[in-house]
Amino acid sequence: MEMEAYIKGTSVISAQPTFNTTDFLTEIVETDAKYLNCIEPSYKEFLNPIMARRMARIIKMSIAASTTCMKDAGIEQPDAIITGTALGCLEDTEKFLLAIIENDEQFLTPTSFIQSTHNTVGAQIALQLKCMNYNFTYVHKGFSFESTLIDALMLIAEGEAKNILVGAHDEMRDKYYRVCDRIGYWKKEAVSTMQLINSASSGSIAGEGASFFVLAAEKGANDYAKLRGVRTFYKPESETDIENKLTTFLAEKKLKPEDIDVVVYGFNGDNRFDPIYHKLKNNFFKNSSSAYFKHLCGEYQTAAGFGMWTAANIIKTQTVPAAILIDQAKHKAIKNVLIYNTFLGTDHSAYLLSAC
Amino acid sequence: MSSKIYITGLGIISAIGNNVAESLDALSNSRSGVHKLRHLRTRHQDTIPVGEIDLSDAQLIERCGLPPDFKTTRTALLGLLAAREAATQAAISPRDGLRTGIISATSVGGMGTTENLWLDYLNPEKSGDWLKYIETHECGDSTEFIADELGFKDYVSTISTACSSSANSIMYGARLIKHGLLDRVIVGGTDALSRFTINGFMTLMILDTQNCKPFDAERKGLNLGEGAGFLVIESEQAAKNKKVLAELSGYGNANDAYHQTASSPEGAGAYLAMEKAFKISGLKPTDIDYINAHGTGTAINDLSEGTALERMFNKKLPPISSTKPFTGHTLAACGGIEAVFAVLAIQNNMVFPSLNYVNPMPELSFAPTTEIQKDKVIDHVLSNSFGFGGNTSALIFSRHN
Repeated sequence: MEMEAYIKGTSVISAQPTFNTTDFLTEIVETDAKYLNCIEPSYKEFLNPIMARRMARIIKMSIAASTTCMKDAGIEQPDAIITGTALGCLEDTEKFLLAIIENDEQFLTPTSFIQSTHNTVGAQIALQLKCMNYNFTYVHKGFSFESTLIDALMLIAEGEAKNILVGAHDEMRDKYYRVCDRIGYWKKEAVSTMQLINSASSGSIAGEGASFFVLAAEKGANDYAKLRGVRTFYKPESETDIENKLTTFLAEKKLKPEDIDVVVYGFNGDNRFDPIYHKLKNNFFKNSSSAYFKHLCGEYQTAAGFGMWTAANIIKTQTVPAAILIDQAKHKAIKNVLIYNTFLGTDHSAYLLSAC
Repeated sequence: MSSKIYITGLGIISAIGNNVAESLDALSNSRSGVHKLRHLRTRHQDTIPVGEIDLSDAQLIERCGLPPDFKTTRTALLGLLAAREAATQAAISPRDGLRTGIISATSVGGMGTTENLWLDYLNPEKSGDWLKYIETHECGDSTEFIADELGFKDYVSTISTACSSSANSIMYGARLIKHGLLDRVIVGGTDALSRFTINGFMTLMILDTQNCKPFDAERKGLNLGEGAGFLVIESEQAAKNKKVLAELSGYGNANDAYHQTASSPEGAGAYLAMEKAFKISGLKPTDIDYINAHGTGTAINDLSEGTALERMFNKKLPPISSTKPFTGHTLAACGGIEAVFAVLAIQNNMVFPSLNYVNPMPELSFAPTTEIQKDKVIDHVLSNSFGFGGNTSALIFSRHN
C-alpha cells in the first residue's frame, strides 16, 4: 500500500514573516535574542474578541494558522484533525500550576486547567469547525509532529480521509526557557541567528511556532509537493546506523542518496548535535545541496513543522533562498527534498518530499 | 499486511492490584481500591476518595529494580511495571529480529514531580541532581524511559487526548501493525495522581466526595485514580505459534465537537466512535456480550454515553458495567486498564460488576450489572473511552478462535 499524500495547503506562524504571504524567506528577521517569539497576526478575522481574550496565545496562533491553511488548500472541512505538540498549552499549564502553589490549592478557577490539556488546540479547531471526524494529538518530544504525519499517511492509505489538517505547535515562555536553561538547552552567549550555524558552543536558541498543513489523497492543481514518507529513529546507535536506516528508507522509494536534490537539515548551532548533520552533509549526501531552518524559527520539539514548510516551498518555488542555503547550490531542478532533523540527539527523523 | 491484531500480553497496575492476577481477584470479589489518600499530599486529603496505588515512589522504584536514587516520575514507574508485565507474558525480546514499538499515553506526563519542584527549578540559587527531573516533565519522557528499560526502540510515540488517550494508543499501534510498519507494539497508557489534576477536577466540581456511582440517578461525580495498563499486540505472523489471549477486532475515533469539557447530551461523538469500531470489526451490536462503559459517574458523561449506547444498541443492551468504581478514573491510563479488563472478561467469561449502583436513571432504559456474572460466554467486549476536547474512542475485543 502506497503511503503518500499531497501537500495541498500550508500556513505557518513563526518568528519570520511567514504568515499570509507568498514571500518565501527573502525577507527575514535577524536577531540575537535569547529566544525567538512568533510574529503574531491580528486575530480579528479568526476569532471574536471575547474568545480571543479568553484564549491563550498558542491556541490563537494555531486557530489562525489552521484557518489560513484550509483556505490555502481550498477546503472548508477536513476529514481528520491531527496535531503534534510536545508541551501542549504551556501558558495555561504554568498559570494553573502557579495558582496551586501560591494559593495552597485554594481559590482556583477552572479556565486555565481546561485549556491546559495537550489536546486543547486540536479540540478547539474541531469545535470551531463543528468537525466530528477523526481527532488525535501526539505529544512525544521530537516525534510529536512526525507521529502526526505517519498517522495522516496511514489514514489516507486506509481510504478513511481525503483531506487531513495536520499541525505542529509549541510555545516558548520565559519561565520554561529559564527552567530548560538550567539543563543546558540554550546558549549562554548571545548569537546572531545568521551566525548560529557557525557557533562552536553547546546549546541552541529557543523558538516556537504553529505550522499547519492540509494533506490530500488526491492530486490538486496547486499542490506544494508530495509527502512520500516520514521515518523516526529513536536513539540511533551511530552514524552508520543512521546511514543504513536512510538507505533503507530511500530504497523503499526507489531512490539513492544522489537522487536527493536538496537536504534540509536541523542544524541548531549546538556542538553536541550538529556533528551528525555535518557528517551526513559531507558524506552520505555529498552530492546534494544543503539548507537549514532552525536559525529562523528557533529550536523546539516541533520545529520540524517549520522545516516541512521550508521543504515544501523549496519544491514549489524551485528555489533555495539565500537565508537557508549552506555552501554553494549543487542541484539543477529540484525534484526530491529530504529533511533530516534531531531534537536533543535522541529523537531523529527523516522526511521525504518530492515534486508532484 | 496483517488483517488481524493479536493480543499476547497484559500488564496492569492500579488501585486494585499491582499486576493482572491481583486485579482479577479484586474484580471477581467486588473489592474497590477507592479510598482516602495515603501517599499524595494535598489539601483535599480528607475531602475526596481516590483510587491511589498503595505504594510509595520509593517502593515503586524498588519494584522496578532501579537504584534507590534513580530520578524518574511516578508516571514512568507505573508505566514500566505494567509494560514489563505485558512484555514478560508475551515473551517478547528486543533481540528476536522483530520490529517492536512502544506507544504510550499520558495526560500530564511528569506533572506530579514538576509541581513539587517548579519553584526550585526557577531559583538559580538552588541546585542539585534533582535538576535531572526537569526533563521528566514532557509527556514523551515516560515512554522513552519504558523503551530504554525494556530495550524496545524501533518506534516510540505518545498520545494525549485527555481521558481517551490510551484507547487511542491501542488504536494507533494496531494500525501501525496493519500497515506493516511494525510487527508488534506495546500499547497502553500511564498516569500518576498529581495535585494539578486533583485541583483541576475540583474546580470543575465533578468529583464525588463519596465513592462514585456510574449510571445511578443520584450520581455526584467521579473519583480520580492512577495506574497504568498495557497490552502487547502483534501481527498474525509475529504471533504465530504463540498463545493468543484475544484479538483487537475493532476501533473507532471521532470528536463530539460540542464543548471543551462537556459531552453532547445525545452523545453524538460517542455514537460515531462506536459506529466506526463496528465497521472495522465487521460485527453488529447484537454480537457484543459485555460493554465496559466509560461510565465516569458524572452527570453529563453517563447521560451522554447512555443515550448513545441506547441508540447504538436499539435499547437492547448486553450486560454493561463501569469498572471506574474499582480503580477510580485513571484518565489517560483508563483505556489501557480497561482494555486489560476486557481481555480478562473474555478469558474468564466474566462480566465485572458496576459497584455502588442503586437508583435507575429516569432517562435510560438499562441498568448496569451489579453482581459478578460468570455464567455466560463472553466472546466480544466493547470498551468506550471519552475525553475532554470531545475526543471519543471505542474499542472492540474478541475471542481468538
